[in-house]
Amino acid sequence: MSKLVIEGLGRVFPGVRGGAPVTALQPTDLVVADNEFVTILGPSGCGKSTLLRIVAGLDRPSSGRVVLDGREISGPGPDRGMVFQSYTLFPWLTIAENIAFGLLEKGLGAAETRAIVAAYVDKVGLRGFENHWPKQLSGGMQQRTAIARALANDPAILLLDEPFGALDNQTRALMQELLLGIWERERKTVLFVTHDIEEAIFVGSRCLVMSARPGRVKADIPIPLPHPRHYTMKTSPDFSALKARLTEEIRAEAVLAAAH
Amino acid sequence: MRPLEPISAGRRLALGILFFVLFFAAWALATLGGFVPKIFLADPLTMVRDGARLLTDFGFAADILITIWRVVGGFVLAALVAVPLGILMGAYKPIEAFFEPFISFARYLPASAFVPLLILWAGLGETQKLLVIFIGSVFQIVLMVAVNVGQTRRDLVEAAYTLGAGDYGIVRRVLIPMNAPEIAEILRLVLGWAWTYVIVAELIGSSAGIGHMIIDSQALMATGQIIFGILVIGLIGLVSDYLFKRLNQTLFPWRLA
Ligand SMILES: Nc1ncnc2c1ncn2[C@@H]1O[C@H](COP(=O)(O)OP(=O)(O)O)[C@@H](O)[C@H]1O
Ligand SMILES: [Mg+2]
Repeated sequence: MSKLVIEGLGRVFPGVRGGAPVTALQPTDLVVADNEFVTILGPSGCGKSTLLRIVAGLDRPSSGRVVLDGREISGPGPDRGMVFQSYTLFPWLTIAENIAFGLLEKGLGAAETRAIVAAYVDKVGLRGFENHWPKQLSGGMQQRTAIARALANDPAILLLDEPFGALDNQTRALMQELLLGIWERERKTVLFVTHDIEEAIFVGSRCLVMSARPGRVKADIPIPLPHPRHYTMKTSPDFSALKARLTEEIRAEAVLAAAH
Repeated sequence: MRPLEPISAGRRLALGILFFVLFFAAWALATLGGFVPKIFLADPLTMVRDGARLLTDFGFAADILITIWRVVGGFVLAALVAVPLGILMGAYKPIEAFFEPFISFARYLPASAFVPLLILWAGLGETQKLLVIFIGSVFQIVLMVAVNVGQTRRDLVEAAYTLGAGDYGIVRRVLIPMNAPEIAEILRLVLGWAWTYVIVAELIGSSAGIGHMIIDSQALMATGQIIFGILVIGLIGLVSDYLFKRLNQTLFPWRLA
């Protein structure tokens, strides 16, 4: 069943101070099935964030439309949870209050809110940190909170824009396993933007490769690796073959992007 | 000493006190040593004696209280108008476009120049004093609050939208709590300026207050009393500043974390 349908979605930014307009995203079609984990891979500046922000309703397309669960989206809403690359926890709220932000907006009762918050605190391994301020947590813990905050709202689709981009390699690997574990248990529909090839393969069930500016989807590659996945899979022959293929796809784009 | 290297709390306090000690020593030397004539500048001992007499014989404590009441009254009125307006201007660009040009202009109107006009309009009573402080503070607060709210991190606002907040929710649950500490800092700053307006307001057509005492003392050439009045204002400023800071620290613990 198709969860998310993107039809002819394009975005042209007007030129800055009389400059030429920038085509960030060429008209793109995309259908995402229920429970799919789609990774979007591409060099920086190819329009990945633009695509995700339009789906989130934070930016408007120049052409085309986005349909989620049969309804065309026209602005941001709690049915599309988002995790950003920058740390976007609310600094004046504790970890627990951050996770409860959307629940309060929904008007949930105190007892129910507390139960949901406690469940997500556990899922992202932050028990004992409920009453800390975001500043007191490491980057990885902050991003785990951000994931919990988005998931606690029970969105129809989860959007992640290079959520682990600012983390060191070891933390990043652990975060990938954590996110994958949650997905394997709860089967959310996910759009996950990254520029890291291994990450795109390891967590995804399908990978879209985007071309350099102006952005468009140049390859749509299924990732048939079995679940549950273990980090040792990263050294398996199947994984290596996929990695070789994606490296080939992305290399040409990186060369193009670097020439800009 | 190296750039940006922190120092211990004890040394910080000692150095701060050292300045006051040196300041009073230099003052005492200049006056008691006979380098400055007495009628221009009283020495510290005379100042203390005059000050004590003001408090015991001339009811100066009542003057101090009335001045504090004027500052706080005018300032609170200004804050009640300015903070909500500033938040609205920072949040909603059409409201900002409507008010900003006028307020930027009004901000440069010197509050002290309004004193004669305000006396015509409001007489010599308390209303006039409060209005001087109100005019002096309100435009400054509005503009600074508006700029602050307008600079709220966009990614936090966007995160709140994706969590289901509406426009009102963004203002109430993001813009206000995020900027509350800075707004409190702005109020602390402007409260300091309000003290200069109140003295100006009291210098003309006033029958009570610290400023009134100062202008009376000038007629008597009592420089000791004038300096005592100025010092009292400084001390009150120091104490209120400290209280404001402590209040902000308890209200916004997340800033210190
Ligand atoms: N608000 C904007 N105004 C003008 N140009 C923009 C804006 N946002 C993005 N762009 C341009 O659109 C292109 C794609 O940006 P983005 O989607 O952020 O790329 P990515 O996330 O893949 O790195 C870039 O060339 C960028 O400069
Ligand atoms: Mg991006």
